[in-house]
Amino acid sequence: MSEANTPAVPVVPDGIESIDIVGVRQGAFGVSGSGDTSGFGGLVAPIVMPGASPRPYGGWFDEVADEIELSLQARNLPVASAIEKVVIDRGEITFFVKRDHLVDFVRVLRDEAALRFEMCMGVNGVHYPDDKGRELHACYPFLSITHNRRIRVEVTAPDSDPHIPSIVGVYPSNDWHERETWDFFGIIFDGHPALTRIEMPDDWVGHPQRKDYPLGGIPVEYKGATIPAPDNRRAYN
Amino acid sequence: MSDVIYTSAATPGEDIYSGSYETTEGTIYNLAGGDWDTISAAPEGEKERIVVNMGPQHPSTHGVLRLILELDGETVTEARCGIGYLHTGIEKNLEFRTWVQGVTFVTRMDYLTPFFNEAAYCLAVEKLLGITDQIPERANVIRVMMMELNRISSHLVALATGGMELGALSAMIFGFRERELVLDIFEMVTGLRMNSAYIRPGGVAQDLPDAAEQNIRETLPLLKKRMKDTTDLLVDNAIWMGRTVGVGYLDLQGCMALGMTGPVLRSTGLPHDLRKSQPYCGYETYEFDVPTQTGCDAYGRFLIRIAEMQESMKIVEQCLDRLKPGPVMVEDKKIAWPAQLSIGADGQGNSTEHIKHIMSESMEALIHHFKLVTEGFTVPPGQVYAAVESPRGELGAHVVSAGGTRPYRVHFRDPSFNNLQATAPMSEGSMVADVIAAVASIDPVMGGVDR
Repeated sequence: MSEANTPAVPVVPDGIESIDIVGVRQGAFGVSGSGDTSGFGGLVAPIVMPGASPRPYGGWFDEVADEIELSLQARNLPVASAIEKVVIDRGEITFFVKRDHLVDFVRVLRDEAALRFEMCMGVNGVHYPDDKGRELHACYPFLSITHNRRIRVEVTAPDSDPHIPSIVGVYPSNDWHERETWDFFGIIFDGHPALTRIEMPDDWVGHPQRKDYPLGGIPVEYKGATIPAPDNRRAYN
Repeated sequence: MSDVIYTSAATPGEDIYSGSYETTEGTIYNLAGGDWDTISAAPEGEKERIVVNMGPQHPSTHGVLRLILELDGETVTEARCGIGYLHTGIEKNLEFRTWVQGVTFVTRMDYLTPFFNEAAYCLAVEKLLGITDQIPERANVIRVMMMELNRISSHLVALATGGMELGALSAMIFGFRERELVLDIFEMVTGLRMNSAYIRPGGVAQDLPDAAEQNIRETLPLLKKRMKDTTDLLVDNAIWMGRTVGVGYLDLQGCMALGMTGPVLRSTGLPHDLRKSQPYCGYETYEFDVPTQTGCDAYGRFLIRIAEMQESMKIVEQCLDRLKPGPVMVEDKKIAWPAQLSIGADGQGNSTEHIKHIMSESMEALIHHFKLVTEGFTVPPGQVYAAVESPRGELGAHVVSAGGTRPYRVHFRDPSFNNLQATAPMSEGSMVADVIAAVASIDPVMGGVDR
C-alpha cells in the first residue's frame, strides 16, 4: 500500500476506549490495482471493528466480568494477562482471551456457581488476513441456562503460529466444532484427541474458509472471453 | 540370486501383510498376501472384532450419514459417525453474495426447517443493522406462524422417517401425508414447498395471499384430526415402545457436556426452550407450554415431538387471531427490498404499480431500486450471534460484517451437527438395531450437519 493510499486513522467515538482496525477497504467495486471508471477507485477506508469498552459495561455484564476476575485471581491467574480486552457491542459481551490462558478461563466459566456456563455452543473461526499478528480469530459462544446469559470468548492466533489450546477436555461438545474449525481455517487445537478433517475429504489440501484460499471455479468461456472465479470478479464490496 | 535377503512377514514389528527384500536394483515390496491362518492369527492378544460400515447410502441412516460400528456379536462396542457427504460450502458462498441473497443459501441448509434457517440468519443481520425493534408487527406474526407450521412439518418427518427406520411403515405414510397439508400452506404463502427464502432481513418477502388465513384456519382442524392417527398408532404400541423405551439413553449431565439442545435435552426433564428463555420475534407474548419427559430415551423424545406439534398448533391459532393489516417490511427505504412480486397476465413479475412508480414517476425510486438490487445495503462492522429454537435445538448464526455489502463471515451452529456427537454415548453397549433408534431420536438432518 503506497503512502497516498494510507487511510486516515478514524476518530475514536465517545464511550469506546480504543478502536480495532482489522483491514482496509479500497474502492467501491472490489478493484485493486488500476482504477475503475466509477470515480470511487481511489477510495480507501479502514475496517473498524468495535473496540474495547470501558467500565461500567451495564446490566449483568459487570456482574459476569467481576465474577470472572475474582475467580481468576482465586486461581492465581493474573487477570491482566488473561483478558486482553472486553468488547460490548449490540448487546453482546465479548471477552478477548489470550490463548495461553484459554483452558483455565473456560474452566472458570463452567465451574463457578456464579457463572455456570453449562454449554459451549461450539467454536467458529474468522480469518482477518490484514489484522497482522492476529490473523486467525476463534469465537466461542457460551450459554448459561442457569442464569440465562450468553457471552462470547474470542481468541486470536497469528497465521505463522496457528495454535490454540483445545477446550475439549472442559467442554466435550467442542470436539466436532474444533475439527470443523481446523478443517476450514487450519487453526490447530493443541490437545484435541483427534484433530482430523470433518467436512472436507481426508486428503484435501488447504483450508477453504480462509480468505486467501483460491476459489478456483471453472472459467466460463464464450467466444474467447472468460468469466473468472467469484473471488477474482469485479464486484461491489 | 544369492544377494537376495528375504525378510519374514511374521517378524515382530514388521508389516504382517507385506514383506520386502533387497535387490541390487533397490527394495522390492511383496504384497502377495499369504495363508489365511497366518493373516487371521496375526494380531495377537486381540479378540475378533467386526467393523461394520453403515451408510452413507442406507435407508436407515437418516440421510447421508455414515456410521462406523465396531461389533462384538450383536453388541456395539464403538460407534463413530462419518459426515461431510453433503458439504456444499454454503457458508463460503454467502461471502460472495449480498446480505439479502444470503437467505437463498441458508434456507437450503437444514432442508426440513427452511424458515428457522432464514429466521436465525435474518435476526442476526437485523441485530447487526440495529433494526430489530423496527420489524413490523405483522412481519413478526407471520414469521412466528411460518416457523411453527415448519416445526410441525419437521417433526412429522422426524416421526415418519423415524418410524420407517424402525419398521413402522404406516407411521411413515401418515407422517408424510400430514406434512403435505403443511407444505401446501408453504406453497400458497411463499410459492415453494421448501427452500422458500421467505423471511428476509427487515421482514418477509411478501405479504400473505388473501386466501392464506382462511386456508390455514381450515387446515388446522384436519391436521389435528389426522395427527391422532399417528398418536393412536404409536403412543401405546407395544412394539414401538419395545423399540424405543430406554433406548438412546442420555441423561442431563451427558446432554450438558455434549451441548445437546432441543427434544433430546428436554427428554431429561429440563424445560429449556429459547422461545421461553430468550424470546425473539415476540414469542414472549404467545401462550404455549414446553413439553418435557424424564425418561432420557428415544420414546420420551417421540412423545415430546408429538406434544410440541400440539403446542405449535396453539401458537399458529394465536397468530391467526393477531394478524392485523400492516406492512411486512421495515420502513427504512435504504434496507427494505423495493419491489413486490405479483402475478400478471403474462406471468410472475414485479408489480405494475412499482414499475410505474420507478419508470415514470420517481427517479430517486429508480436509483434506490437499482442500488438495492444490484449492490445491496451495507451493514456496519461487528459481529453478533443470534439463536432460534429450531425443531432440533439451538440453531445459532454467528455473523460477522466488515462494513460491506456482503457478509464477511457467517457460521451456523446447527443443532444436528452438534447433537450427532451423542451417537456414541447413546449407542455404545447397545444392540445394532438400537443405534438406528438412537440416531432417529436425535433426528439429524444432514443438510444442516454439513452445510
